[in-house]
Amino acid sequence: MAEANSTEKPASKDAKAKKAKDEALETIWSRREFFSLAGWAAFLGSLGLSALYFARLLFPRVLFEPSPIFKAGIPSDYTVGEVSTKWVTDQRVWIVRDDEGIYVIFALCTHLGCTPRWLRSESKYKCPCHGSGFTKEGINFEGPAPRPLERLKIALAPDGQIIIDKSKKFLFEKGQWGKPGSKLFV
Amino acid sequence: MASNSPQIPNIAELMDKIKSGKIFSDIAKEITGSQIWTSSFRHGYADTPRNRVLQIASNVWLHLHPVKIQRHALRIKFTWCMGGITFLLFLSTVVTGVILMFYYRPVGEYAYYDMKYLQYDVPFGMLMRNMHRWAAHAMVITVWLHMFRVFLTGSYKPPREFNWVIGVLLVTFTLLLSFTGYLLPWDQLAMWAVTVGTNMARATPFLGNEGPFAEFVGATPRYDVRALLIGGSVVGPPALLRFYVLHCIFIPLVAGALMIVHFWRIRKDGGISGPL
Repeated sequence: MAEANSTEKPASKDAKAKKAKDEALETIWSRREFFSLAGWAAFLGSLGLSALYFARLLFPRVLFEPSPIFKAGIPSDYTVGEVSTKWVTDQRVWIVRDDEGIYVIFALCTHLGCTPRWLRSESKYKCPCHGSGFTKEGINFEGPAPRPLERLKIALAPDGQIIIDKSKKFLFEKGQWGKPGSKLFV
Repeated sequence: MASNSPQIPNIAELMDKIKSGKIFSDIAKEITGSQIWTSSFRHGYADTPRNRVLQIASNVWLHLHPVKIQRHALRIKFTWCMGGITFLLFLSTVVTGVILMFYYRPVGEYAYYDMKYLQYDVPFGMLMRNMHRWAAHAMVITVWLHMFRVFLTGSYKPPREFNWVIGVLLVTFTLLLSFTGYLLPWDQLAMWAVTVGTNMARATPFLGNEGPFAEFVGATPRYDVRALLIGGSVVGPPALLRFYVLHCIFIPLVAGALMIVHFWRIRKDGGISGPL
């Protein structure tokens, strides 16, 4: 525009050209820019949307896996002060009953995932892989295990049976052992 | 004699041609003069600098290579040829891997028995499987040695820093190829190795259900990056299928594309080795 002002040309023509130029400048985008941006937006938008569809597709609604929920008999099957090992082979859990109630410990060593053994005479869970030891409550006290054993959700089904949900965990280090569902008071 | 009428070969002349060996040069002339030959190989074998450049530059397979290589670039003491060996091993795994795919089914019921079938009954199946396995093991070793060499010779420095980053990605994809291939025999070793390996994905920040900041994203054991990887909550048939697709399709395609960039940038960044 500075150039247009400095040169002496027919005023009417100059003004017209200047006006057209100013109008073009007042709009944010030229038509070409708008269509270019719209095209890119549509392209990238559809690509992003497809990526979201694909991400969702990778999480199936149905898992063809053993259910994490199982029934473990009635509370009177378990004696006070004992650790029941009858579900370790099938479900990888111990069911412990103390004076207050029943809770479930996941038989998975918190070190590297082996299955510890319940040693009744020594009253502890002992991992055969690297020697981690846990008290009856599941607190780690020896060996490399970095945290206590995990507890699982326990509840009473309407038919009076204990129902255990292995997909819900209660971690001691997060202060979850006192939460509802972590222990069945009987 | 009319030139367009077919000439009846004279037996004596033909015998002379055969005896003198002239017939070979005649046949060669016939072949190299044909349209099929001249359209396939546009530049002859003339050993002139210009023709040698044209031979490389006009060939889709060779054009990634530089048209000229400095003598020092071929010094084996300097390069160890580790990148080239790695690429050769990659090609071996591609060829043998495709052959294995003719028999292997990535299905929970079949995978292990197909692997055994390949080993003990398919002719040359054992050879193909072992070549695939050893080439894969060797490739992991040579790719690290290649990286080590590049580090020792300082070849990661500008202007080659971009190619170093591509190389780091290629190391990662090599390891991912190894890891995904590890599950496919579908035996106890495969199963537990991948169980332990994918358990680490639980601790991914934001995306893993046991990782830091998972609560902000809402990652749960059912919906997190580990479940995405293995298609469930345990290493089962869905995991086998996913790892198979990743191993045979996705990772080789991405790694192949990166290799093209890697080789191209070697040339563009000043050649294989030596001062710039």
